[in-house]
Amino acid sequence: MYQYDAHDQALVDQRVSEFRDQVSRRLSGALTEDQFKPLRLMNGLYLQLHAYMLRVAIPYGTLSSHQMRVLAHIARRYDRGYGHFTTRQNIQYNWIKLADAPDILADLAAEQMHAIQTSGNCIRNVTSDPWAGVAADEIEDPRIAAEILRQWSTFHPEFSFLPRKFKIAITGAPTDRAAVKVHDIGLRMHRDERGAVGYEVIVGGGLGRTPIIGKTLRPFLPKEHLLSYLEAIMRVYNTHGRRDNMYKARIKILVEALGIDEFRRQVEAEWEPLRDGALRLPPETYAAITERFAPPLYEQRTGSVATLVRDPETDPALARWVQANVAPHKVPGYGIVNISLKGTGQIPGDATASQMELVAKMADLYSLGEIRVTHEQNLVLPHVRLSDLPALWRTLDAGDLATPNVGLISDIIACPGLDYCSLANARSIPLAQALSERFSDMTRAQAIGPLHINISGCINACAHHHVGHIGVLGVDRKGEELYQITLGGRSDEAAALGRIVGPAVPAHQAIEMIAGFVDTYLAIRHPGELFIDTVERLGTAPFKETLHAAA
Amino acid sequence: MPLLENGHHVADRWTALPDAEPVPDDGPVLVSLDRLKAEADTLWTRSAPIGVRLPNDVPVSALVAAVGGALDRLSLIVLSFPAFKDGRAYTQARQLRDTHGYQGSLRATGDVLRDQLYFMARCGIDAVEIDSTDPEGDWQASVTTFGAVYQPASDDRTPISVQRLAALGRKGVAA
Ligand code: SF4
Repeated sequence: MYQYDAHDQALVDQRVSEFRDQVSRRLSGALTEDQFKPLRLMNGLYLQLHAYMLRVAIPYGTLSSHQMRVLAHIARRYDRGYGHFTTRQNIQYNWIKLADAPDILADLAAEQMHAIQTSGNCIRNVTSDPWAGVAADEIEDPRIAAEILRQWSTFHPEFSFLPRKFKIAITGAPTDRAAVKVHDIGLRMHRDERGAVGYEVIVGGGLGRTPIIGKTLRPFLPKEHLLSYLEAIMRVYNTHGRRDNMYKARIKILVEALGIDEFRRQVEAEWEPLRDGALRLPPETYAAITERFAPPLYEQRTGSVATLVRDPETDPALARWVQANVAPHKVPGYGIVNISLKGTGQIPGDATASQMELVAKMADLYSLGEIRVTHEQNLVLPHVRLSDLPALWRTLDAGDLATPNVGLISDIIACPGLDYCSLANARSIPLAQALSERFSDMTRAQAIGPLHINISGCINACAHHHVGHIGVLGVDRKGEELYQITLGGRSDEAAALGRIVGPAVPAHQAIEMIAGFVDTYLAIRHPGELFIDTVERLGTAPFKETLHAAA
Repeated sequence: MPLLENGHHVADRWTALPDAEPVPDDGPVLVSLDRLKAEADTLWTRSAPIGVRLPNDVPVSALVAAVGGALDRLSLIVLSFPAFKDGRAYTQARQLRDTHGYQGSLRATGDVLRDQLYFMARCGIDAVEIDSTDPEGDWQASVTTFGAVYQPASDDRTPISVQRLAALGRKGVAA
């Protein structure tokens, strides 16, 4: 994986000194809270309901075992012994003291990490496929471009005070595990007719108050133009994005207002003088970064995940875990192990310091020291020998980290909600916990098959409820916490927004509704048909009947 | 308010002219874009330098049109930062410098804080009006915060990617 060189290291170190100075100016009163706020936001520090929250960047979700140990150390030393992995492949700590923040950043910097641009109206941490570099269906490792984008966007002098935050996602595989169609800019790698690799550039996707699926701005952008073209997009957005109303300030609103054709015309006009300038990416620059993502040395091995599951000798409990949590690796004899942070009754995405340390140790023993964070708030050990799976599984199980539910109904994405977030209308976490208990029978969960539930505590949609197969939105009606349910959303290559079914209801009723939808699906599905495909085939009507029957 | 030019605290030699006031015969004057358009004929006949205030919601192309494509008839363009978080003028600065090759002075006014100076300098802004007891110290501290830069901008700093390639090239030759 990417290792900092002296340049990268110097920048994060200088950033720590700068922030230490800013914090001391704030603590001494030289800076007012108003003046300090944009500065702390540039370093991932938010003021939440009870304390400061610090968001640490995990670029494109890739971590070393050493870095994971630092995250555990921060949880233990400066927080309450745990951290929360987010839907943007980052980690958040909810109980931080302002005076500690510079020391935390220094501890992070010592292990090549930072909190730069994890908040504020700038280009945020670029997200990608958590299986980047190992997925069997990949064209090219998308982290190469993601790292190039990380460097380009870091302290970008022109784009650090945008109308609103800006999120870029990139996928290198035809199966989109990075939700590129619901980002401000989504990049989908593919090949042109001559076999050259480039990107479909998708713009103006996003969730929140105004959920929109992104539109294609350019069907094929050659690699060398990646930065100049994105700079042109940002320039149009920085100039014309709305600044009078923060709810209308995202690029999706501008694209809707101008229309994609006019938006494209403006981008192309800005691009013309840029395209062959200093931002052009020569193949050597690309190669220099590619080298730093060189695949590890794999052993010559054989076997596949599928044969292991079918082998009658395999322990059934192990087979069930492998079936749900281990994905095919591009190299024979290896598997991609997904670690669920969604144990029954657990807070989605939370991990204790001891769990982080256990994962770090497992990564050292079985995954060449590498770990990934997924936007579903789980962890991944990307390079595991199939022969190591039994031992790994036993150890994870002892640490409560072997729930065999990745991608299944209890693998719920939930935002912090009213338990932590000052913007929330309703709690998300207790509902997620209750649902995971309701669906704790893993044999039944596997029979139900892939099904994503996403729960957001308000319309800011941090848990992407619009694109959950079943989406749940917390609303506040005269002080009562209610939940509005949608069906049929998805964030993959066929991205679509869910449709509302029924009125908003209290939590216990929401659970019954969801259970009813699942029963309906099991009754009407074609053999082998996924939940989302049944909703697509039949619409929401049969599910609405469930509601009537229950009423 | 203290004025810094290239990091030095200087006296402002420009007369900022409200639209209603007559144009003096000599001395550098700073006028609004509207006035520049309306009184182009008389303004350009003066021998002293002309500067213009460019609001941050006016496209740079409108200014370019107003000077008939010859931006270098202007010696000063004053950009506006009405609030710390309103960053439109950073793009205006880069368009003026990079797209249109403007060589005169670019001055930032408004809600200018020391923590923005780094970004401004990189966008080609060479002068700022800043409310500070130590403006020169602020400039020095801010523009030297980072020893290297990742991306090309409107200053002459060599991006890290180019430095890396050069280092590789040197190694290649040695090997
Ligand atoms: S969706 Fe709303 S409640 Fe949940 S984290 Fe985001 S802002 Fe907070």
